[in-house]
This record gives sequence, structure tokens and C-alpha cells, in this order.
Amino acid sequence: MDKVEKTEVVLLACGSFNPITNMHLRLFELAKDYMDGTGKYRVIKGIISPVGDAYKKKGLIPAHHRVIMAELATKTSCWVEVDTWESLQKEWVETVKVLRHHQEKLEAGHYNQQQNSPVQEKPGRKRKWTEQRQNSTQKKPPEPNPKGVPKVKLLCGADMLESFGVPSLWKSEDVTHIVADYGLICVTRAGSNAQKFIYESDVLWQHQGNIHLVTEWISNDISSTKIRRALRRGQSIRYLVPDLVQDYIQKHDLYSTESEDRNLGVTLAPLQRNTGEAES
Amino acid sequence: MKNRIPVVLLACGSFNPITNMHLRLFEVARDHLHQTGMYQVIEGIISPVNDNYGKKDLVPSHHRVTMARLALKTSDWIRVDSWESEQAQWMETVKVLRHHQNQLLRSATQMEGLDPGKAPSDRAAAPELKLLCGADVLKSFQTPNLWKDAHIQEIVEKFGLVCVSRAGHDPKRYILSSPILCKYQHNIQLAREPVLNEISATYVRRALGQGQSVKYLLPDAVIAYIKNHGLYMTDNSQKGRSTQGN
Repeated sequence: MDKVEKTEVVLLACGSFNPITNMHLRLFELAKDYMDGTGKYRVIKGIISPVGDAYKKKGLIPAHHRVIMAELATKTSCWVEVDTWESLQKEWVETVKVLRHHQEKLEAGHYNQQQNSPVQEKPGRKRKWTEQRQNSTQKKPPEPNPKGVPKVKLLCGADMLESFGVPSLWKSEDVTHIVADYGLICVTRAGSNAQKFIYESDVLWQHQGNIHLVTEWISNDISSTKIRRALRRGQSIRYLVPDLVQDYIQKHDLYSTESEDRNLGVTLAPLQRNTGEAES
Repeated sequence: MKNRIPVVLLACGSFNPITNMHLRLFEVARDHLHQTGMYQVIEGIISPVNDNYGKKDLVPSHHRVTMARLALKTSDWIRVDSWESEQAQWMETVKVLRHHQNQLLRSATQMEGLDPGKAPSDRAAAPELKLLCGADVLKSFQTPNLWKDAHIQEIVEKFGLVCVSRAGHDPKRYILSSPILCKYQHNIQLAREPVLNEISATYVRRALGQGQSVKYLLPDAVIAYIKNHGLYMTDNSQKGRSTQGN
């Protein structure tokens, strides 16, 4: 089944995950089905990278809570995991640097793997689950890809794509880097104007071969903002976030009117940095 | 809380298979009724339709009942009831409501029997049974020959309706265009789901048939059951299965 020519892909999702919802988790499932379905790619891993506290977004609760919730949410996934590197940095880190970090990590791991025994069981937390799988084709440890190191690609919703157009939120060279060197997988609603957005941007248009638009046929609008609002109003968020996440939120009473005022009036880190640099 | 009217919510449908959207209907309806300050929701009941309903692609009811049971394992207030699915024939929704109303009255009198010293005024009011539905059901009341007028009247007059609307539906309009619904609109509660949620069972079956992931659209336990029993697999779906994750 697995053809040698397939490029191995790692999906990286950056964001607040404040809190993580079933919508975030669906993005991964849809993107993997799409990429595997092209016949050219094989998605081997998904990484959730919650943003650090220095991002200074309004209502952003401490990163360790957001990381734990993401870990609870991915407990039942055999291929998506959480990475804390970004959230542990003191300063806010540009998304392109997070991509670079993970690509370098993969390269280091790849060469280590080649030096060691060729059939090495992949270390990690998903091992137990792998052993339980009935499907023999997936039971095999990932073989060293003869074509090279797996490629990290940025997974996002249409809102992130459109945020490329917000002044000072992204450095234009970073956007170029992301689409030219890594690639974008963007899950969009049926009838969205993502296509138009790409058409209207010269950089995105030029690299559209590296941008994959995945259509989500059923509306999925479970935004974290709505989850926090429901929690403030004492409404149920059941079946919108994984049960374990809901339990954790309740146990630690994470979202309230007070928490929503965190970073109130503070300028978002990217805006601070990008406009500051422009002025100096 | 004491003066609130206890309510039991009943949802009828195929549940083929049950999805997170069905489960959300209950959560949203309960929040809405509590918000009114008049009601206290004490129980939710899911009643999968009888196999003789004859709907296309309907898998046997024992599977649909089991899947609902698995989905409700983590709920402390919703349960599945297999009575409707176990009847020899398909039956009208109003008859399912009557059955559950009788069950509620019976258990209420039994409780009174256990405590004869209680004055009648202290007795807990018998809970009201209300039909829980999506806006599509309200709309279907207008479809000719699908519902008997007498049954619609009995549902809204004797029981009551809690309707959870999805985006794009205007449930008020369906009420205003029906004289019966208009007359009893005080018995119709309209709740709104704040998030767009269109996880239709039809979509889920199609995705399963195509070998695509349905994770996070329905509970993991239900997905595992579907896989173990090979439900909703079309013949050509086997090809894509080996590439599919969980």
C-alpha cells in the first residue's frame, strides 16, 4: 500500500488553544484524510503547539493549563501529540521559528535513526496503542524514509490564512518563508473565500502549489471564544470539548470574567514587535 | 429550585448512528429550560425508532440502542430507552410520548404509596414530559401526510415541545404559519445552539463508507463499536480502510 515515493508529512498547529475544542481536533483528522488521499503524502504525526504566555492575548490563561488540556484531549489519539517547546519560551516566538524548530528536530532525529539500527521502534507515548492495533500495515515502525526527512507543514483554519492580511500581525518575509519553505494546509468551510484570498495575494498565489485547501463539508464553529463565553454564563460545553478537558476546566475553575480580563489593554506581542521594529 | 416544574425530555429519531449533535440537543435544551427559571430538567430519554420505520440505511435497532447506550455512559442524566424499538410495529411519536407519560405517572404514584403520611400539597408534582427536537422536526409538521393534525395538536397541547434550532432555520416562522402551533405556542420552547453544529448522521455514514475519519464527531466508544461490527461499510469502502487512522 505504501509507495516509496510518498512524502512523509508532520502537521503542526500553532494557536492559543484556550481551551482546545473538538474543532481543533477535527482539523487534524480532516487534513490527514485529505493529504493521505492525494496519494503523494503520508501524514505520520500531528503536533499541537500552544502559544506562550508572552503572546499577551486577551483572556489567555497560563500555558501550563492550556498544555495539560491539549494533552488530555489527545490522550485517545494515536497520532496527534502536544509539544511544549513554544509555550516554554520566555518571549513570543514567530510561527516560522516554531516550524523551523520542529523541522530541525525531525532532521536530527532522522540522522540519529539512520545511524542506529534501521528497524527501531519509534519511541513515544503512543507505543502501547500501536501495539494494540489490528491493522498490520500501521503496526510497523516508521521506516527511514529513503526520500529524506519528513516535512513539517503548518495546519490552520481559514481564519489564520485571512490573518495574513492583518497589518503588522505577520512579517511579510515570514509569510513567504512559511508558504515557500514549509507549506500550508488550510481547512476551510464550504463556500469560504480562501481561494479568493490566495488569488489576491501575490506571495500566496506564487506558492499556491504548497498551499492545500481542505474543504470541511459540515460546519464546525466550536471556537474557543464561544466555549469561554458559555462557561462564563454557566452553560454546558459538553460534547464540544473532550470530557477530560471539561472536567479539568471545572476542577480548576479556569474561565471566568476575571480570566477574560487577563492582558486587557495590552498590545499583542506580534503587533508590539512588528510595529516597534518598523518605527525604530 | 423548589417551585420549579420538573421536566423529562424525550427525543425520538433514528440515531443511525447517534452523534455529538444529538447529545448537544439535550445539553442546550436543558440550559435553556433552566434559564427560564420555571423548569428543572430531571431526565433525558433517547428513544431510537423501530426497525419497521423503513428508512433507508437504517441498521438494526439493537445496534442503534447499544450505540446510544455507549454514548450516554458518561452522562448522568440522559438514558436510552428501547421500548419503542422493541415494539412489533413502527409507532407514531405521540404514542411513544403517551407510553412514557404513563411510566412517569406510575412511578410517581408508587413513590406516593411509599410515603402515605405526606400531605397532598407536599407531593412532588408529576414531571412534565416534553418532546425534544431539532428545528427540522418543527418544519416537518408542515409536510403533507407525514403527521396527523390530531397528533400534532396532542403533542403541543398535552405534552409540549422543546425545539433546538440550528443556524439557517427560523423556527418562529414554522410556528406562525401553523394555526395549531400558534394556538399552543406557550407550550413550545425555542432554544438556540450557539455553535454551528451540523454533524448529521447522514454525513457520518457517508464518511464511514468512504473510509474517512469521524473522530470527535461522535464518542470514541461509538466509533469503536461501529468498527467492530462493520456497520455502515459499503462494499467499496474496504479499500480505503488500511490508510485510516482511528
